[in-house]
Amino acid sequence: MQDIRKLSEINVGEKVIVCKINSSEKISRRLYDIGIIKGTVIECVGRSPLKDPSAYLVRGAVIALRSEDSENIIVRKASDE
Amino acid sequence: MGLTKNSVGTNAIDSEFIINKQNQKDKIIALAGNPNVGKSTVFNGLTGMKQHTGNWPGKTVTGAWGYCNTDKNNYILVDIPGTYSLIANSAEEEVARNFICFGGSDAVIVVCDSTCLERNLNLVLQIMEISDNVIVCANLMDEANRKNIKIDLKKLSERLGVPVISTVAREKKSIAKLINTVDKSMMKLQKEKIKITYPQIIEKAIETLMPYVEKISQNKINSRWLCIKMLDMDNSLAKELEKFLGINLYDNKELIATIEKVKEEIYQAGISEVDIKNIIVTSIVQKAEEICKGVVFYDTKSKSQYDRKADRLFTGKYTAFPIMIIFLAFIFWLTIVGANYPSQILSEFLFGIEDKLTEFFIAHDSPKWLHGILVLGVYRVVAWVVSVMLPPMAMFFPLFTLLEDVGYLPRIAYNLDKPFKKCTACGKQSLTMCMGFGCNAAGVIGCRIIDTERERLLAILTNNFVPCNGRFPTLISIITMFFLGSVTGIWSSLSSACLLTAVIVLGVFTTFMITKLLSKTLLKGRPSTFILEMPPYRRPQVAKVITRSIFDRTLFVLARAVVVAAPAGAIIWIMANINIDGQSILNVCASFLEPLGNIMGLDGIILMAFILGFPANEIVIPIMIMAYTAQGNLVDMQSAAELKALLLQNGWTHTTAICTMLFSIMHWPCSTTILTIKKETNSNKWTFLAAIIPTITGIVCCVIVNFISKIFI
Repeated sequence: MQDIRKLSEINVGEKVIVCKINSSEKISRRLYDIGIIKGTVIECVGRSPLKDPSAYLVRGAVIALRSEDSENIIVRKASDE
Repeated sequence: MGLTKNSVGTNAIDSEFIINKQNQKDKIIALAGNPNVGKSTVFNGLTGMKQHTGNWPGKTVTGAWGYCNTDKNNYILVDIPGTYSLIANSAEEEVARNFICFGGSDAVIVVCDSTCLERNLNLVLQIMEISDNVIVCANLMDEANRKNIKIDLKKLSERLGVPVISTVAREKKSIAKLINTVDKSMMKLQKEKIKITYPQIIEKAIETLMPYVEKISQNKINSRWLCIKMLDMDNSLAKELEKFLGINLYDNKELIATIEKVKEEIYQAGISEVDIKNIIVTSIVQKAEEICKGVVFYDTKSKSQYDRKADRLFTGKYTAFPIMIIFLAFIFWLTIVGANYPSQILSEFLFGIEDKLTEFFIAHDSPKWLHGILVLGVYRVVAWVVSVMLPPMAMFFPLFTLLEDVGYLPRIAYNLDKPFKKCTACGKQSLTMCMGFGCNAAGVIGCRIIDTERERLLAILTNNFVPCNGRFPTLISIITMFFLGSVTGIWSSLSSACLLTAVIVLGVFTTFMITKLLSKTLLKGRPSTFILEMPPYRRPQVAKVITRSIFDRTLFVLARAVVVAAPAGAIIWIMANINIDGQSILNVCASFLEPLGNIMGLDGIILMAFILGFPANEIVIPIMIMAYTAQGNLVDMQSAAELKALLLQNGWTHTTAICTMLFSIMHWPCSTTILTIKKETNSNKWTFLAAIIPTITGIVCCVIVNFISKIFI
């Protein structure tokens, strides 16, 4: 299972699926609100000029997340359909 | 910078809605939705009101309401702050939840962004759990079409069991369709509404709780929803329930015991308290996903290519910051160039009237003091405020609003988040900072978009370091007078724009420094999460932006300045003309402040002007001029050159100019802002600190600059 990674580690343009969310309760809820739950497909679409935060495409919307928050989201590579 | 009567006026500051029904038959319609889905546009379309709209999440931080009448019904529409869910993570989400639960609305219109409908359905489903009458408005249909997103509205409506209407809120036709549906929905009950089914263990718990909950809900609240909430109760909701139902939940021993029993059963199944919440929330998200399958179709290839390209430019590694600075400088340049000529015409015109007024007073043999107070005092200061302020504001507000309308502001927050994180603050602070350019009071209210109390206070306390529109004219006129003597033509305006940008950048830099200092001392803590949605770029509504920003913002701010300037003018004239021991009061005060002023590289008059400018920063320069001219050097103040001559006569040097600009961006906030801070923080301590911190910073900076210049010059 070598393709299990943190969301913060994926490259721009990569598409992944959420396996697990290890964030604290409060942050998890925020993530659920914007539609990030187990099984959600996320694509990294950019990084800010100072490398952090990064922008992710989630259910059709672009969401910026700091690396502190994205590193608690465990993902695996999505097979391109 | 939502600077309108609604956002800055008195009715904006209270987070509770007070709604006046004209008639008992009036229906209340709540307008809910995710942030930045065009809710305010729908609201304006329905009510014909001019609530300011902008393209960034968190625009409507306070509720607005208005009337909308049809042949069948009279409606009162309430615009609720945008939220992703009703779980109440932040103050604004709490406002939204409380209104939907307890506001007594007859129907809720949930405005959705058609480009990401699935995410929006999360809120729709949560609202459907509470409200009996829901109408889904799939807005921004034009954007969805452009992105090749197809939505089967009929199927969606069937699945949800509530009406779904697609709209392009900017178009009148859409609004008519929406209001028609609202009319229809008032006649029949929605029976076929979709129900969210939770995992069996939760469903069982709901079943057990139902009889007890039905007793207390008294048909005022959806019992099923209340049952779920019993498993996941938070204190703020308990308090609201107590207020609404008149029952303290914790007093109901029977209910509490049952809840404990039910929860215990769930724990036995290996599900922890946190898990219960997670299961409830994710069930809803999954339901939304399920509904969208076979209803929403994306064209994966063409998806938002244009936006991604624009983002690569505006948030690119090498391009982001230069573009930010260029945008800023360009806006200032247009403001300076565009304001210059009208400003001259206005002042010639207004001072022409002053001469006429003087003639009129002389012709009617009125007493000298009356002429002094009314013409030389009140009229002159008001004329100054209008001619100095109106043109730059009329230029700056629309330009800035355009940038806001396009969707650039969230990109600024994205670019600047890292430095803010280093100061353990929230990246959204850059949004409130931008609002501060318009008006610091609006900026302070805007801080509600920041979730944690600590970060919100950081943003409130430092908001004043970006100069508001009332301070731009001061900065612009000093720059023009003192730093561009030899340059002429286009270079003159270009370099003044650059200098002004430099001053602003200094203000932003100070914001960072003070934020950092505060987070190391008074407001210690760790940076919290930063989850910011970056909306699609939108074509700005140019004509609307221009009229709205001029009528809603410019004239409103100007009127406020004039109201403040008029009495200030009278006071100055009186102070300059009433003598104590052969010296005017003005002189006495100025000489009292002189020593402090001198240490700071200023003089007594400048300091006094800042103090008298407390009600509105716009009047600082006019007061200075009044004070200088009242001291006997009567000059006809119509051009920059004459003004400069006056200042030079009164001992101004380049150091004075620099220190005045510094003090202008770093001193106490104006009275409106102070009052707003008091209301927003609800604390005298923080209000006092918000005033004292910038003032001390300003004094220290001025003293240092003065000291250095004394050594070298």
